[in-house]
Amino acid sequence: MAEGKVEFELVSPERLLMSRAVDMVVVPGTDGNFGVLPRHAPMISTIRPGVIDVYEGRTIVERIFVAGGVAEVTPQRCTVLAERAVPVSEINRAEVERQLANLREDIRDAKDEASRKAYEAEAAVAEAMLKAAA
Amino acid sequence: MPSLKDLKSRIASTRATRRITQAMKMVAAAKLRRAQEQAEAARPYAQRMERMLGSLAGGVRPGQGGPKLLVGTGRDDVHLIVLISSDRGLCGGFNANLVRQTRRRVAQLIEDGKTVKLIVVGRKAVGVLKRDLGSRFVATHEDLIKPAPAFEHAHLIASKILEMYEAGEFDVCSIVYNRFKSALTQVVTEQQLVPFVAPKAEDGQAAEPELRGAVYEYEPSEEQILADLLPRNLAVQVYRALLESYASEQGARMTAMDNATRNAGDMIDRLTLTYNRTRQAMITKELIEIISGAEAI
Repeated sequence: MAEGKVEFELVSPERLLMSRAVDMVVVPGTDGNFGVLPRHAPMISTIRPGVIDVYEGRTIVERIFVAGGVAEVTPQRCTVLAERAVPVSEINRAEVERQLANLREDIRDAKDEASRKAYEAEAAVAEAMLKAAA
Repeated sequence: MPSLKDLKSRIASTRATRRITQAMKMVAAAKLRRAQEQAEAARPYAQRMERMLGSLAGGVRPGQGGPKLLVGTGRDDVHLIVLISSDRGLCGGFNANLVRQTRRRVAQLIEDGKTVKLIVVGRKAVGVLKRDLGSRFVATHEDLIKPAPAFEHAHLIASKILEMYEAGEFDVCSIVYNRFKSALTQVVTEQQLVPFVAPKAEDGQAAEPELRGAVYEYEPSEEQILADLLPRNLAVQVYRALLESYASEQGARMTAMDNATRNAGDMIDRLTLTYNRTRQAMITKELIEIISGAEAI
């Protein structure tokens, strides 16, 4: 392990998306974004839909949209388990907008509270995705 | 004795069968490779999830409350069994073993006075179990896993389990599936999903000795993270079972089709031998007829 680097890992249920030593990552935690530098205090946080910024030096080398999951931080590493992860450059705005429109309709037509909540959560993810791609 | 024509057509049809089983074997082999890769790709997530849960669950002592998914309902009267079988046949004893094991388990549970409910995935087990255990089905999924297991499939099953658990419809949930050992062997495995059983300490934990006993900070709170993580873990475990089962299915089919191809080959050899002998016999017979006819003159 390189000195002064964070071992950053991004894992989705389907596969290991990224594993590299970086200078800093900024993770969208539920209680706000947090940056992870080497020798960060150990912590576990849930994440909200948002963008992970991967820094190499002072520049962002990678921006990945994630939704649903947890991040585990130890002094050496930062592991993000995300249910969904898409590189920001690959977000298809038109596609997401279409989905969002569909979801809004679903929310209106939802029959019970539970399914409406589920649709609303989906819509929130789609909205965050659009914001990330903007 | 079968006529030459009969033999010829039998040889032809066995050849055709062999061609099909051979093709199926190749397809299964190709799918098996993909399935194995998929299963391996999914492993890191499951492992890290387990590691995280392990360190979290260690903090919650029994009898101290905590989420129901972790501590259970305090009873074990109603058992929910999730059975993962395949949608398509021609894969040897794959489904038969699974069904046999499940039947035995169900019978044992009923004998112990428990109530058993079933969620069955895969057309094959649904068809076989419907007759005697159909009344215990709470959900069946036929043709769900298509073309290959995806996380959404697991999510669908897991949310059904969660929904039932929230409604207090069962106390213990386990999943029965074929674990992939090698292309030749699949092991029917039963794994408890609810309440969560912490995995045994693995080598992974020993790798970071400086972390043992280290205090994690939790954001938001430990309980909330657990409440978030446990349902996720359920889906991940189901996903893993689906992947293992899918790989096993392909392995089992490959082996079965390999055997079938070999049997067809043997049969063709035998039939060809009989065909040639019959032909010889007929020629000899005709010769005898001609010669004896010539001698009579």
